[in-house]
Amino acid sequence: MAAGATLADTANALWNAADVVVKVRPPTPDEASRARPGTTLLSLLQPERNPELPPVLQSLKLSAVALERIPRVTRAQKMDVLSSMANLAGYRAVIEAAQHYQGFFGPQITAAGAMPPARVLIIGAGVAGLAAIAAARSLGAEVRAFDVRAAAREQVESLGAAFLQVEIQESGEGGGGYAKTMSKEFIDAEMALFRKQAAEVDIIITTALVPGTRAPILLPKDVVEKLKPGSIVVDMAAEQGGNCELCKPGEIVEFNGVKIIGYTDLASRMAGTASRFFANNLVHLITEMGAGEKFRVDLENDVVRPALISHGGELLPPPPRKEPSPAAPAKAAPKPPPADAKPQQHAIMAPSRRAWGTTVGGLLVIGVLFVLGRFAPEDFLKHFTVFILACFVGWQVIWSVTPALHTPLMSVTNAISGIIIIGGMLQIGGQVDLASTLGALAVLVAAINVSGGFLVTQRMLKMFRRNPGGGT
Amino acid sequence: MSGVTAIAYLLSGVLFIRSLGGLSKQETAARGNLYGMIGMALAVGVAGITWFISTDGALGTGMALLVGSVVVGSAIGSVLARRVEMTGMPELVAILHSFVGLAAVLVGISSYLSPRGAHEVQGAAHIVAMVEIWVGVAVGALTFTGSIVAWAKLRGTLSGKPLLLPGRHLLNAGIAGGIVLLAVPFVAASGPAAGLTWLLVMTVLAGLLGIHLVLAIGGADMPVVVSLLNSYSGWAAAAAGFVLANDLLIVTGALVGASGAILSIIMCRAMNRSILNVVFGGFGTGDVKSSAAPASGEVREISADETAARLSAAKNVIIVPGYGMAVARAQNAVEDLTRSLREKGVNVRFAIHPVAGRLPGHMNVLLAEAGVPYDIVMEMEHINHDFTSTDVVLVIGANDIVNPGALDDASSPIYGMPVLEVWKSKLVVVLKRGMAAGYAGVDNPLFLLDNTRMLFGDARKSIDSLLGAVGKKQAA
Repeated sequence: MAAGATLADTANALWNAADVVVKVRPPTPDEASRARPGTTLLSLLQPERNPELPPVLQSLKLSAVALERIPRVTRAQKMDVLSSMANLAGYRAVIEAAQHYQGFFGPQITAAGAMPPARVLIIGAGVAGLAAIAAARSLGAEVRAFDVRAAAREQVESLGAAFLQVEIQESGEGGGGYAKTMSKEFIDAEMALFRKQAAEVDIIITTALVPGTRAPILLPKDVVEKLKPGSIVVDMAAEQGGNCELCKPGEIVEFNGVKIIGYTDLASRMAGTASRFFANNLVHLITEMGAGEKFRVDLENDVVRPALISHGGELLPPPPRKEPSPAAPAKAAPKPPPADAKPQQHAIMAPSRRAWGTTVGGLLVIGVLFVLGRFAPEDFLKHFTVFILACFVGWQVIWSVTPALHTPLMSVTNAISGIIIIGGMLQIGGQVDLASTLGALAVLVAAINVSGGFLVTQRMLKMFRRNPGGGT
Repeated sequence: MSGVTAIAYLLSGVLFIRSLGGLSKQETAARGNLYGMIGMALAVGVAGITWFISTDGALGTGMALLVGSVVVGSAIGSVLARRVEMTGMPELVAILHSFVGLAAVLVGISSYLSPRGAHEVQGAAHIVAMVEIWVGVAVGALTFTGSIVAWAKLRGTLSGKPLLLPGRHLLNAGIAGGIVLLAVPFVAASGPAAGLTWLLVMTVLAGLLGIHLVLAIGGADMPVVVSLLNSYSGWAAAAAGFVLANDLLIVTGALVGASGAILSIIMCRAMNRSILNVVFGGFGTGDVKSSAAPASGEVREISADETAARLSAAKNVIIVPGYGMAVARAQNAVEDLTRSLREKGVNVRFAIHPVAGRLPGHMNVLLAEAGVPYDIVMEMEHINHDFTSTDVVLVIGANDIVNPGALDDASSPIYGMPVLEVWKSKLVVVLKRGMAAGYAGVDNPLFLLDNTRMLFGDARKSIDSLLGAVGKKQAA
């Protein structure tokens, strides 16, 4: 009153007196018919769902601005009632979920035990989804979000949530920042993802709306069955039929211990703030339309015109929507190789030739060995036996070495091949002759190997340590 | 006494086998190294006692020589071991190989000259003994010079570029043939004085062959070369064992030889090449030329701040380190980054390609040095399927091992080499100094992919700024 308002006694009187009527919910045809002809009506109108309303508007020559049709362009953001309400609702959805969820959101480490954070899956990362992500994150939950629009990824990640996606590449960008309906394959992949996620998460908040039609079913019964008892589903699309198959608008349904919250009035549960935001949006809209003396419905105005559904006794079809210019088609850039690209390994020889080679080679070796056996001294043969056996032992032992230890393995073999030091020692005689000197030199370099090799291996091995936390 | 010695050698041999076996797993590796030390101490101790008894306690000069050499050698070795930086491990390993080769040469020549040598035997036994010395010295000399060249290449003293003389295959074959042929006059020589000339000439030839073989191998193949030389050093020790009729030397040499051979095979498989191709190939030098037109597309850069933001928001991060990380000595910075990301709950893991770096397992050692827990450092086979579920891949100073051309471009010189399939992740950030090609000299189409971003600059500086940005986000 102090601001200059007058309180009307009855709603009827108000409808009769006003030039401009502002309303939150769509008027019933009965209500609308009480308006004076030519009145401007600013309200959520939802003509798709209230088909009897437009004829009434038309017959009374009302200028009806459907607030939900205000285009989502930057300039109109301050008048966008849907966004401000979605913001509230998204926040409220998390609060409602927290109310019914029996656990902590944030992780707890106490003397009485530790709890991991609640896991929250948010489907649809529009305004409501993003608000829900922010709220859930600030309560300490681990949040993951899904959206068919690739543009959402950055926003999701900027809020500290993980962005989930399906393997199929399909752009879900619809007009006006909404998503479009996706192909069958995509939906199948999406369902598989939700089914997998449902087994992991504690809370699911769905926000998926496709303009003008029933909300898509994203959580059919079998996905809900995957949820743990005590889990919460908040279906923010309840008013448009719900994203969850089991959702009942306005109610809480319990199924298998899972509570499915279908409130349609999430924003109204924060009535004070909701009113203030709504009022602010409307002030901006009315300012846009001229305000005060100059107030008029301008058919040229690119914010008002798209939202106008009736004017001067005519129903206005939605104007051709100016689509944001699609991203320039990707240039022919190099493509990553297909997932199944398998290079041909060098076939050194054809298998049969290879077998022949092995056989012939083997026979040759055997032949040489027999000749050796016939002529070589027995002593040599004994050493030769040891040598060949040792080769095989080495061959068997080394194959199992993990690649991470190749360098230490090499340095330890450096050290033990320093065993040649013994050879040097045997050459050192009692007096200093050439042979002794050479032997001593051999001992010297071999000793470098022995000590250097072992010590550096030890140094390296000390550095390899397991993850102190254990696990990965 | 010889019976006791034999048993002691047998025990040492068993300990060495257990040592190599122990090194196959992280949990038993330290014990394996200990087994090796005990085995070595046992063998050297018993050999020392045997030596002492056999020389009838001829103390004085012989003893002084022996003890002096052991002390000086051990001191040098332990200083090397303590001083070496983990980035310098490849050089240390290479130079140690050369010592084994040198020792084999010295033992071979010395046993030929020695009055206690094999000149008194006649007939087949004499021929065998001479051939053993010949082979031992040849393998030793080749290992010695080859390892020295490898060492110089790894240090950067010599260029990593392969030196390709015209007719190099012919040259190799000629030297090898010469080594074989010279054995005839050597075996036939009447006495040490006559034979020595031939032996020395052959030693020089074998040395030249070693130099030439390794000079012709490019830097990217260094892991294979080092493994091969590891194998040669084993064979050299085994050959010395034949010369001295010492079974322990033979067994140990064979173990080391087999070990090096297996490592070489593993490395070659990791590059899908045959050993012959590596040793004689001269790879990435014009023998194979990519016929495909250079891939077109644009290189997109990313800032450190944005990379940090993406890393902080990610759930799964895989870091692919390459030789560039070692060059920039960025491993500690990488560890800091890993720790701060893990503290934020990001699942950070490392993917190691078998031929990353210049030594088998090089990256693992560097990361271990920096304090990265080894159970988040994964091998290629174990992590390659995980790239699809990875949000950000950081490629630090690696190139050829993440080249998608290896899988789908048959004209690429590295076609068929298994690579880390980083491009399957959502975002690949490549830390690189510039757009130069990798060691293989191949263009990398990865850099032009839609989900690849380049972060140019010195790896360590880049990671430090990433670390700063991640820390800031944490504080905010």
